[in-house]
Amino acid sequence: MNEREVRINVNGQPCTARVEARKLLADFLREDCGLTGTHLACEHGVCGACTVLLDGEAIRSCLTFAVQAAGREVTTVEGLAGPEGELNPVQRAFQEEHGLQCGFCTPGFVVSATAFVRDNPDPTDEEIREAMSGNLCRCTGYQGILRAVRAATHVARAQPE
Amino acid sequence: MKPAPFDYRAPGSLAEVLSVLAELGDDAKVLAGGQSLVPMLSLRLAAFPCLVDIGRVPELQGVHRDDGTLTVGAATVDRVVGSDQEVVTSVPLLARVTPLIGHFQIRNRGTLGGSIAHADPAAEYPAVAVALDAEIEAASSRGTRTIAAGDFFQGTWTTALEVDEVVTAVRFPVWSGRCGFAVEEFARRHGDFALAGAVCAVELSESAEVRRCAIGLFGLGSTPLRAQEAEATLVGRAPSAGDLVEVARLAADGTDPPADLHASSRYRRRLGAEMVRRALSRAIEEAKA
Repeated sequence: MNEREVRINVNGQPCTARVEARKLLADFLREDCGLTGTHLACEHGVCGACTVLLDGEAIRSCLTFAVQAAGREVTTVEGLAGPEGELNPVQRAFQEEHGLQCGFCTPGFVVSATAFVRDNPDPTDEEIREAMSGNLCRCTGYQGILRAVRAATHVARAQPE
Repeated sequence: MKPAPFDYRAPGSLAEVLSVLAELGDDAKVLAGGQSLVPMLSLRLAAFPCLVDIGRVPELQGVHRDDGTLTVGAATVDRVVGSDQEVVTSVPLLARVTPLIGHFQIRNRGTLGGSIAHADPAAEYPAVAVALDAEIEAASSRGTRTIAAGDFFQGTWTTALEVDEVVTAVRFPVWSGRCGFAVEEFARRHGDFALAGAVCAVELSESAEVRRCAIGLFGLGSTPLRAQEAEATLVGRAPSAGDLVEVARLAADGTDPPADLHASSRYRRRLGAEMVRRALSRAIEEAKA
């Protein structure tokens, strides 16, 4: 019932499916695009695990319906690496600085941090903490995460895009 | 959890929004950024037969300044409100409260009009609207009207909007002269709704006496509040730090804040007074600078 065809450009590829209006963007990405890197935990906008880029801006895909994203560009964690699979600076920094433990929250952190570092190449530590405060890590590995974001800003400043 | 099923309309113009709202009556709920509505739907605290998405209506976007007024389109996202140069210079309070709203991912979707229409008593934009005597523009197929912010907020999540009306814009008066503005709030974690908060605007005379003063309170009642008695006691004076303690106490004294497991009513009232004191003191400092 209430199904409609929704077409979203996901990581540069069109993805089309017939979905209910109530289908969350996160579920569209996972179930209809087969991109399970976007994780769902709280499903009400608190934990940040489902963060994706919508037209380049970081958003919570559990607080947006797929129909609202129709015709727009979405980038998920799967779309961050380069064409040969080379990690983006944030992903590499998370690896090098031990910015993950169990890894469940990591896609959300990495997507949030990718948008943050792009827009704030020279943040203070306080700004990094504030920007990352919208993502929860229940392993509580925050120190490594903050180190990773800091390291990624060094790379961003060394290689301006 | 997932939201209950609903029908979905995404009109491309304001006229079309109004005709859909007229047709559906209280079966319709306006969806703006969805950052408050979608969690309520997902938690099944609310359900509506139809959502009317105003995210694709160009008339509801953007910021513009006339002589003494800054008009913000209802569907303008918080990120733009917080960073737009016209907002920063014309109505600094609006820009300054924005970083306190949720997290940046929320501010990329949440809208000013959505926050106003949602009317959470602990939210920042409604408090700024009440403090500055903003006017809320509402439209329906029957016509448009302007509602004073002081009359708009009627209770927790309850406003003067009729079922077929939508907020189209909010008009904020621009303060000029020797002015200062500040917001102070206390939240248990960054991005949470505040336990108590205050927004203050002051205008000083040449001799540093308060010529005009506005104090808005949030989290201290079922609506954002205005501390008019406290404002009046400041006008014509150059208050000392001690005076501000008294004025702040007066501002919070008349409130009856909610109590929950995070804070008692009495604690919230005392916290509110301290938020007023800090905000007033910073606003006055800024006006003097």
